[in-house]
This record gives sequence, C-alpha cells and structure tokens, in this order.
Amino acid sequence: MISGRCAACKNQRRKCPSDCIFSPYFPANDPQKFACVHKIYGGSNVGRMLQGVPTYLREQAANALYLEAKWRIDDPVYGCVSIISSFYEQIQNAEIELAKIQTQVAFYKLQIQHVEAEPNLEVLQSQSINMEQFESDNPTITSWFN
Amino acid sequence: MGSGNSPCASCKLLRRRCAKDCIFAPYFPSDDPQKFAIVHKVFGASNVSKMLQELPIHQRADAVSSLVYEANARVRDPVYGCVGAISYLQNQVSELQMQLAVAQAEILCIQMQHEPSVAAAIPNPQQIMEFQEQNNNNNELTHHHHHHHQYLNFAASSSNVIHDSLSRETLFGHDMVS
Repeated sequence: MISGRCAACKNQRRKCPSDCIFSPYFPANDPQKFACVHKIYGGSNVGRMLQGVPTYLREQAANALYLEAKWRIDDPVYGCVSIISSFYEQIQNAEIELAKIQTQVAFYKLQIQHVEAEPNLEVLQSQSINMEQFESDNPTITSWFN
Repeated sequence: MGSGNSPCASCKLLRRRCAKDCIFAPYFPSDDPQKFAIVHKVFGASNVSKMLQELPIHQRADAVSSLVYEANARVRDPVYGCVGAISYLQNQVSELQMQLAVAQAEILCIQMQHEPSVAAAIPNPQQIMEFQEQNNNNNELTHHHHHHHQYLNFAASSSNVIHDSLSRETLFGHDMVS
C-alpha cells in the first residue's frame, strides 16, 4: 500500500511495513514532524530511541524529540537550553521578590503587634519601634521601602 | 585539544585519524571520552559535525555545551529529555508567581485593616505600582518564548506522566551553558 506510507518511510523512500515503528507517531499528513527529527537526530537514531522506550510512552517520546528538534532548528547554538536558562532566571528573580515581600509582611506584622499590645499611650510611646534606630540598624531592609 | 599525536575523543571513538583541522578536536578533548560518547549516542557524530559546520567558529563551543546538556537530559529521561525539565521549571515559575500574588494580597490586607497605625511604614501607591510593573516585566520573559508555549500543551495534558518520571529527577542545578 504505497499510499499508506507514514511520513518517515516516505522521507526515506522505502516501503512502510505494517509494524513500522514510526508510523503511529509520524503520520503522512505531517511531513514537517519527521523532517525536523531527521535533521537533528537522524532517522535511524530516532527509531532506535523509540525502541528504547516502552510502547505506551513512545508517542510522548516522539513529541518531545520533535519539540527539541524544532527548538534546535530555531536556535542552532543553544536549542532548548536558552528556554531553560530563561526559566532559571525568572525563578531566581521571583524568589528574590518573594523574599522581599515576605519580609515586608513580617515587618508590618511586627509593627501591628507593637501598636496593639499597649493601649496606654505613654507605654506605647516608650515601647514603639524607633524608626530612626531601626533604619540605621537595618539599612538593606530600609532601602526596599525607599 | 587534538595535538599532532593524540587523537581527540571523537576520533578515538570513531576509530579514525584525527586530522589537524578535525572539527571535533577543539571541543572533545581526549581526556573526556564520555562527553563525545553521549552526544554521539543521542545525535550521531555526522549530525554533530554537520551542525558545527553550519555555525561560525566562535559559536561552536556554546553549541557543543548545549548539545551535551541536551544529550545528558535525554539519557537521564529517555522519554521527555529536556522537555521534562522545561515543563517542571514552567510549573515552578507559575507556583512562585502565585505565591507572589498571595503575599502581595496579604500586604494589601494588612494595610486596609490597620492603616492608621502602620501608615508611616506603608509604601506609597507609586511604589506599589512600580513593584507590580517589575513583576509584569518578569512575565515578559515568558512572552519572548510564547511561540514555544503552544507546543507545551501536550505536556500539560499528561502532567501525571511527566510528574512521575520527574519525581526521581534532580534538576541539573545551575551548571548551565557557559
């Protein structure tokens, strides 16, 4: 059945056997998919890698290989690694921001505790946080608010 | 580096003569046979050679580093390779952004409940808006790659499988492409 060839066998100009390892994942109507993985990994390599994976996971593996091949074609120097890099950077930045905000929250809560603990104004004044003292003791935290 | 006498790791593995202008030699020294072995296993020597040839020389070292990284990821996770790591990191980013939103809401809550007593310490609205803008700029990084996100839908729909295969994984730390 020449017309029933999968994209891989069409690309390689050979017969597509009934147990072709590529055909479930590289249908004839999507020649791009096999062309990409063929360019980066080589056809026989893809077949070997699919064989090394249990059948129920082969579709996921074929799709992952396609994604990575596509990213590598788009960026021949870094491939998908530039995406990973940028995610690491985002995570780092977000963690720093989170630490800042959580410190702010703790700071506010501390202020509130001091305000609510002593209704007596004189005691309150003597016990309230001295902002000037706090600022000179904690220049880094203070800089976040300025 | 391939000297006149000793073949580079690639030519050793491929059992061929290491020429003076061997394309692999600068990046696959003979003292690290694993490096080429793993790249050869995933991509194949002729594909690596082809990829390097298509790049200007000053970019080849970075290309080799990223290929080694990808090959290692693929060997550790033969199903998802790097895509698994990307999916995991994307989830981490989402979670962190959610935690950020919660913390921001907490501050607003505190401010609204205790305004008179903590009025002195509240950052003015300008500061809050600048902070939120910074946050949005962080999100732009994802937009630069947004055309990749459409491909990640398949990963989201099978997140259980990804999660299971990742539960054994450790991330590769920050040993990134130099």
